[in-house]
Formats: sequence, C-alpha cells, structure tokens
Amino acid sequence: MTAATTTSVSLDVRDVHLAFGPNRVLRGVDLSVPRGATACVIGPSGSGKSTLLRTINRLIEPDRGDVLLDGRSVLGDDPDALRQRVGMVFQQFNLFPHMSVLRNVTLALRRLGKLGADEADAVARAQLELVGLAGKANSRPSQLSGGQQQRVAIARALALRPEVMLFDEATSALDPELVKGVLGVMADLSAAGMTMVVVTHEMGFARQVADTVAFMDRGVVLEAGPPEAVFERAGHPRLRRFLDQVL
Amino acid sequence: MDPLSTLWETFFDWDAMREALPEMLTVGLPNTLILAVSAALLGSVLGLLLAVAGISRSRWLRWTARVYTDVFRGLPAAATILLIGVGLAPLGMQVWGPDPYPLGILALSLIAAAYIGEIFRSGIQSVEAAQLEGARALGFSWADAMRLVIIPQGIRRVLPAWVNQLIALIKDSSLVYFLGLVASQRELFRIGQDYAATTGNESALLLAGLCYLALTVPLTHVVNWIDRRLRNGRPATGSTEDDDDTASYAATEGDRR
Ligand SMILES: Nc1ncnc2c1ncn2[C@@H]1O[C@H](COP(=O)(O)OP(=O)(O)O)[C@@H](O)[C@H]1O
Ligand SMILES: [Mg+2]
Repeated sequence: MTAATTTSVSLDVRDVHLAFGPNRVLRGVDLSVPRGATACVIGPSGSGKSTLLRTINRLIEPDRGDVLLDGRSVLGDDPDALRQRVGMVFQQFNLFPHMSVLRNVTLALRRLGKLGADEADAVARAQLELVGLAGKANSRPSQLSGGQQQRVAIARALALRPEVMLFDEATSALDPELVKGVLGVMADLSAAGMTMVVVTHEMGFARQVADTVAFMDRGVVLEAGPPEAVFERAGHPRLRRFLDQVL
Repeated sequence: MDPLSTLWETFFDWDAMREALPEMLTVGLPNTLILAVSAALLGSVLGLLLAVAGISRSRWLRWTARVYTDVFRGLPAAATILLIGVGLAPLGMQVWGPDPYPLGILALSLIAAAYIGEIFRSGIQSVEAAQLEGARALGFSWADAMRLVIIPQGIRRVLPAWVNQLIALIKDSSLVYFLGLVASQRELFRIGQDYAATTGNESALLLAGLCYLALTVPLTHVVNWIDRRLRNGRPATGSTEDDDDTASYAATEGDRR
C-alpha cells in the first residue's frame, strides 16, 4: 500500500473549540500527529471524538483554534479541496448503495480527480485489490459483508491519495469475526507510513499500532503519549476508570 | 323498445365504436400520449427544481416552492388549464401563433410539477444524512453530492408515486379540450365526445374510456412491480457500465437500515 502513502503530512490540532448551541463539545483540543504516525483517540461515548475528526476535515467548522497540515493552517483553504487531502472512514461505511463497488470508488476519481473512465477504473481496481476485494468490483455494497463494505470504504478514500486518514470507529458496526480483516488493512496502512487519526475502542489495536494514544474526556485530551505510558502508567483517575471498564 | 336494450345500444353500439376506432387510434391516442408524456417530462424537470428549492438553505427559495405547490395543488386542474390557456393566449400568440396545444401542455406540466415536486422532495429527504456526509468527506461540493448521490437515491425510492402521477396526467390530459383544439389535435376523450354528439350515442365515449384504461391499468401494475422490487430487493446485474444505474437499482434490506 506504499504507493498511496508517499505524500503523507503531519497533522496538528491546536486548541480547537466547538459548541453545538449551549453544548460545549470540544473545549480546547490539542493533538499532534507527526508525518507518517498513527494517533489513536480513545475515550467514553459522547466525549467529542467524532466531532474532533469532523473538525479536522471541516465537515464541521471549529469555533476557535487551528488545524494544520504540514505546519500550515487549513482553515483558510477551500473545504472541498481539503477533504480530498484528508480521507475519512465512518462507522457505518456510508457507501453509496445505488452504485456498484467499483463505481463507489471511481466516482470521486472521475468527478474530482478528473481521471478518464479507463484510468479511474484501473486506479480503483488496484485499490480494491489492495484491500482484498478485487473480485467484488461489480457487486452492490448490500451484497457484501460489513467487513467487506468497510474495506471498500477504505479503498474509496485511499484512491484519492489522501495525505492524512481519519477513522471514526471503523470496526464498531462489524460482527466480531470481521473486525480483524479491517484492522489488518488499517495496520498495513499505518506501517506504510500514512498519517492517521484512529478513533477506536479496540485497545489491542491502539497498543500495537499507535505511536500516540490520546484519551479524550468531556471535550479535551486529558492525557496523551505512547501506548505503554497511557495504558500502563495512566495518571488521571478518569483515564484509569475508563481503562478499567474497557480492558 | 324496452329500456334495457335502449341502454345496451346507447353504450354498446358496435358499429358506432367501429366507426370511431380508427380516428381514436390514429389521432386521439397519439395526442393523449404527446400531452401526457411531454407534460410528464417538463413537470418532472420543474418538480425536481421545486424539490431542490423546497430543501434549499435559502428561506426565499423554500417559501417560493411552498407557495407554488400550495397554489397549483389547491386549484382544480380544469381551472388552472383554463386560466393558463386563456390568460397566456396573447403571449402564446406572439411566440407560436394561435395554437392552444403548447399552452395545454404547459398548464398540465405546471400542475404536475406541484405534485411531482412534493414526491421528489419526500424521497430526497428520506436519504440518510450519512450519505451526504460520506459524499462531502470525499470532497464533493454540496451541489455535486446532491446531484450524484442524494437525488438519484431519493428519486428511486419514490418511483411508484411518480408513476401514479403519470396516470393522473393521462387522465387530466382530457381537460385540454377546454382550450378549443383543431380536429387533428383532439385527444381520446374529445374524439369520443365528438362522435357521441353527432350520433347521439355514447358508445364512442365508452370506447375512449376503454382506451384510457388500456393505458392506465398496465401502469398501475408497473407501480406495484416497482414497489415490490424496491421492497424485496433484487440482485445486482453485475453491469458497471451504466453511468446512471437507473435500470439496475437493488434496494435490499441492507439499504433500508
Ligand atoms: N451535529 C450535532 N449537533 C448537535 N450536537 C451534536 C452533533 N454531533 C454531536 N453532538 C453532540 O456532541 C457530543 C459529542 O458527540 P461525539 O463527538 O459524537 O462523541 P463521541 O464520538 O466521542 O461519542 C454529544 O453530546 C453529542 O450529542
Ligand atoms: Mg463517535
């Protein structure tokens, strides 16, 4: 999967604030992910993890703070162009059910990447091959298992050659036996040097793959560091309580 | 003559029917189809614009769509056709001459647009927000995401209701006779009515009715068929060449979570 990752960049989230009305969901989030590194974000439900990812690719505009790629703020950029640089994978896959698997992947390549039909097909098939789904190009998403659908969603994002990848609980909707295949694809991508932010409840994955683990609680990153530090020497009582519950 | 056979001859005079049949098929049927199909096309385009206006972020667009829909759904079709056919006749005169036929199509289209707009809007709004988010996350603008991802799914979901609207149009096309069509422009109903008026016998009108049923009853079955297919799903065809995928939608349980 090296081909897709040669252009990855560093990501910095600085003091990001966001409120939905009176609900202050992000209250000064900081997160640094060096080029090619993987940060896993853990924390209780409702702590603002999904919202944080959405402010990074500006599906939601932060009220305050900054998001930097390669040291440069992206808040002044065209959001549509930014989203082609920052791939995102969702818990519910969000594949387009009325299109074939292949067309799910080629749609953005053709409309946004301005590739011709044949070129887009070739890129998409190569990407599907990398996630082990070359044989499913002509299927509908609904004919695939959840794990296969999520791998298609990953292929769809990677086909655009993003510089950063965001994963929002990519395996939470999957049957247990399908989780491994998707985590495997993500681990390969991380090893290949993609800069990634992974919101996950898979502590084993965080321990093995993450360079940084960030614990989010009530809209802030309470603790962040290498996996050993966060998992073995948890300082904050709320982090200890969280780990007691999930481990 | 006993009343029963009078009744029989009034409605089932085979000779009267046979006499009307050729004109019914060569003039009436094509005209009914031209009126209904062109109004369906124009009405669907306008309806789509109304649907998009109805969900747009601009309050003025939403309000305009709302008022339009309320007015054209609220008026009797006959009144709308007469108002537009007569009211716009001077304008039509300048553009294409005294022919009332285009104004008839326009009026039918404007009425259909109000209903089709509501049908499309409900379909588009039924598409999960996650689909829009998925498309936006890939870098599609709001407009592209709507055009490529949301609207095609939404319209598929309401195809049965859209076909019902075609049935309504076929029936309503009979109302353009108000506008005074020349002989070659008469649709099914008008031809039946003319024969009935000259012969004093209703059989030709009954024949016109049978022609309408021949068009509308199969369409109701098309509705049921699409409905069943949307409900039960159907395996994909494996074709990826069709750019719009209009012919091969498979809405299975998986899609309707
Ligand atoms: N679009 C939204 N509008 C209003 N409130 C929202 C929206 N998205 C999330 N929230 C709220 O923000 C808080 C954090 O949500 P989220 O980021 O999804 O948490 P997590 O992903 O950590 O479970 C929750 O209280 C949720 O109700
Ligand atoms: Mg979440």
